Amino acid sequence: MATTTPGRARPTQPGPDGGNGKGKPAMTDRARAERALGLKLAAPAAIIMLLVTAYPILYAFYLSLFRYDLRTPEMNEFVGLSNYALILTSGVWWQSVLATTIITVVSVALELVIGLAFALVMHRAIFGRRTVRTSILIPYGIITVIAAFAFRFAVSPDTGFLPGDLNPLGNSIGSFATIIITEVWKTTPFMSLLLLAGLATVPEEMQEAAKVDGATAWQRLWKVTLPNMKAAILVALLFRTLDAFRIFDTVFVQTAGANNTQTISGVGYNTLVSRVNLGLGSAVSMLLFLMIILIAFLFVKGFKTNLGTVKGK
Amino acid sequence: MSVGTTLGGEKTGAERRRPGGKNRDDRPAADASRTKGQTLWIVGTIVIVAYAMFPVLWIASLSFKPAADVGDGRLIPQTFSLDNYRDIFTSGEFVRPLINSIGISLITTLIAVVVAAFAAYAIARLEFPGKTILLSGALAIAMFPPVSIIGPLFNIWRTIGLYDTWPGLILPYMTFALPLAIWTLTAFFREIPYDLEEAAQVDGATPFQAFRQVIMPLALPGIFTAAIIVFIFCWNDFLFAISLTSTDNARTVPAATAFFTASSNFINPTGQIAAAAIVVTVPIIIMVLVFQRRIVAGLTAGAVKG
Amino acid sequence: MRGITKRYPDGTAAVNDVDLDIADGEFVILVGPSGCGKSTLLRMIVGLEDISEGEMRIGGEVVNGKAAKDRNLAMVFQNYALYPHLSVRENMAFPLRLAKVPDDEVNRRVEEAAAVLELTENLDRKPANLSGGQRQRVAMGRAIVRDPNAFLFDEPLSNLDAKLRVQMRTEIARVQKKYGTTTVYVTHDQTEAMTLGDRVAVLKKGVVQQVDSPRELYNNPANLFVAGFIGSPAMNLVPATLKGRSLTLPFGTFDLPDELASLLPRGEGERQVIAGVRPEHFEDASLVAEADRGNGGVFRSRVDVIEWMGSELYAYLPYTATGDMASKLDALAADLDMEQLSTDESQLVTRLDAQSQVSAAGEAEIWVDLRRLHLFDPETGEALARRPAGSGAAAG
Repeated sequence: MATTTPGRARPTQPGPDGGNGKGKPAMTDRARAERALGLKLAAPAAIIMLLVTAYPILYAFYLSLFRYDLRTPEMNEFVGLSNYALILTSGVWWQSVLATTIITVVSVALELVIGLAFALVMHRAIFGRRTVRTSILIPYGIITVIAAFAFRFAVSPDTGFLPGDLNPLGNSIGSFATIIITEVWKTTPFMSLLLLAGLATVPEEMQEAAKVDGATAWQRLWKVTLPNMKAAILVALLFRTLDAFRIFDTVFVQTAGANNTQTISGVGYNTLVSRVNLGLGSAVSMLLFLMIILIAFLFVKGFKTNLGTVKGK
Repeated sequence: MSVGTTLGGEKTGAERRRPGGKNRDDRPAADASRTKGQTLWIVGTIVIVAYAMFPVLWIASLSFKPAADVGDGRLIPQTFSLDNYRDIFTSGEFVRPLINSIGISLITTLIAVVVAAFAAYAIARLEFPGKTILLSGALAIAMFPPVSIIGPLFNIWRTIGLYDTWPGLILPYMTFALPLAIWTLTAFFREIPYDLEEAAQVDGATPFQAFRQVIMPLALPGIFTAAIIVFIFCWNDFLFAISLTSTDNARTVPAATAFFTASSNFINPTGQIAAAAIVVTVPIIIMVLVFQRRIVAGLTAGAVKG
Repeated sequence: MRGITKRYPDGTAAVNDVDLDIADGEFVILVGPSGCGKSTLLRMIVGLEDISEGEMRIGGEVVNGKAAKDRNLAMVFQNYALYPHLSVRENMAFPLRLAKVPDDEVNRRVEEAAAVLELTENLDRKPANLSGGQRQRVAMGRAIVRDPNAFLFDEPLSNLDAKLRVQMRTEIARVQKKYGTTTVYVTHDQTEAMTLGDRVAVLKKGVVQQVDSPRELYNNPANLFVAGFIGSPAMNLVPATLKGRSLTLPFGTFDLPDELASLLPRGEGERQVIAGVRPEHFEDASLVAEADRGNGGVFRSRVDVIEWMGSELYAYLPYTATGDMASKLDALAADLDMEQLSTDESQLVTRLDAQSQVSAAGEAEIWVDLRRLHLFDPETGEALARRPAGSGAAAG
């Protein structure tokens, strides 16, 4: 039979960037079924995530425009951006921004260096891998407040092992140091795991070629290993920076914000829960959210320009 | 020349993977520097282990010290005492929060992993509109400062009666755990060769049959890993726990520990806090010990390949 | 298949208007260079790719919209796609269990197939513990137990080493003969195509160039592409000028024999053509029997390189290619990914009798069998003197 049935001209399955838009001819049953299944499977996750975040965020934004103090509900009223103005002119706020920045920058920097060292060790470890890996994961598995307590006890004069009357938590520098050390202790392992994964992608041959070319271990690190790990390093930095900026638990437990160590999240918490000033607290939260977005945006921009031609997608 | 075997049957002759990881290079001339290198790595390993264990050991030692010895500054207690442990289990301050932690974490993990598995499969394999939005949304949520929603949640929960209840914590936990789980699981699902599903289709399986009989068994390790990661996340949470609870009804261990100070009738609750810390940490250590390979795979798969 | 086309969103057609009929029990091969659309075509047959245009019928019934699982076709994938968590037995049993075949029947069929494929000792092992060849056989076993309408093979041998490939080739031929099932086989290796197929379809960039038996393809290529693709070492393709019956080649001018000249369209004056001669149709002139000399022409040539293989001798003869033919040949070389055709090299590959005393960097007298010449239109690539089917006779 030589009759050709042009039939319904079927387009191909939808391309990699998402489903068929409007205006295209009908999909095959297969593509249609696939689409339906995809939506059905992804729906529960999407709904849950939306419900608990989208709505509260919008609500938080809404609240931030109000004077909304649960202690004096009769005075609640729309105040526009004056909450923000109040915050941005507050010494407490800027102090917390400073504290948060200090903690973030110092701890992430330390984590990067120490994490890299750990990653290098783990990469070459011939035996004892299991021990090392377990050890590395313990800080990850330990509850943050527990870790905070552990370090607090370790440095407190009445429970710790520091000589004499040394009390780091009694002064500013000591407090920052303790907090930073706790944070670094807790999250370096995660950093080192990410870096280890990046290390593993550097081809062994490159190292060997460099060795043959006469490079010392240090030179190999700087000229061969690190440049090839750029992507992994940037990803690790991004995640950790965003995380560090949101720091709360450790500060709460160790200093409760004393000695100038109060962080942005801490300020938000205090305003919202301790003082139940939802309007102001929401404004703080919104500002924090914006700052996080900004940091992420800057990082991603940095990525793109950095990685541009290094890695084809 | 050995021909290695891989899943696809391709000939790999190049690198043989040995247990323990490093490709052995047998050049006798390099022996001297090799031993030096090895010593360095051994030292490095010891440093890492010590680093990780020190705070744990310190707090363990505190937990075993009777109240009087707490300030003696010694790593190894002079007298071992189980007083602290006895106290926390009988004083009623700890047991209920422990139950809350376990229950809430388990329930959240169960639901989150199932929901995430479905979503991850859809993202990894199927074409449907909104895929990128879902993924970016998930990423955005993971980056989110929880502080920003405790205010509204506090209000909303109080209004609809979820304040200080298990669901009151389970819901936000799930929201923040889902992105984590989805990223991990998507990476795992992507690892499974697509041919397998095609072969199953050609063999006569419906998409669901293919999923259940071919994909699921292969994704089980990934699901397991995601579950562990989610569990640790819930177990660890502090901010939501202290903001959205006020009594033992739903207060979890991290929150309770922070308030031992206030409600305890002992002079110095350090010992009790230490004991509580150990009680909640030991299971985690065991879990990590047993599943360390899985956890590492899960954490790095999500981040790097994402 | 009628007018089968696969179009991607950006408009390119991976498969373009393919017409093909495959009879029951036939072993048809789809062959062509990478990217020619053969795998896509196969996947459209089995139902893993949607058909953009055209009609696909199996057993008379239009199946365009039918899901893969309902077509009762079995496929052996390039990477075998064995289920890693199932044993060999369960892998082969998988399709049967899906079809709810009772246990004892499943066991019977699995064991029977295992016996045919020599897998019986391996039934309880997992794929990860098998060698490449064994896995390939498991994949085939999975196809056999279903007793499907047809077997489809997607480059099944490309992941095996050379020796194993030869071994498995005969396995596949044996199994197909035994069961007599219709088979469609995709490969990029023309040797496999030639040795396994009843009929072979040569594809280039989604378009079918020629569908014929291996013998016909070899002796009677329909166009330049097929001529250059089939046969190893490849056919020599040189620019030439045709005037009446006189053909001027870079290495000499000869009169075409009658049988060839009669097939040519009536020509006006001079025209440019591309001439093709297979390496085995050259010979050391001193070794050609007097009786045969008349069938061809003799020419002198320098010899660049020789490769003596024991059973034969390859002599590489340089020649100079003229002007504008060069670009056409270069284009063809790019198409086929064969540098021999490009005009940088300009060497004739000739296969001479092992006894030949021709030496490198010397000169030789070479005889060419003019009856075996192929002529092609340089614009369209079409063959100019197609012999009637079945006349690609005797010793070449």
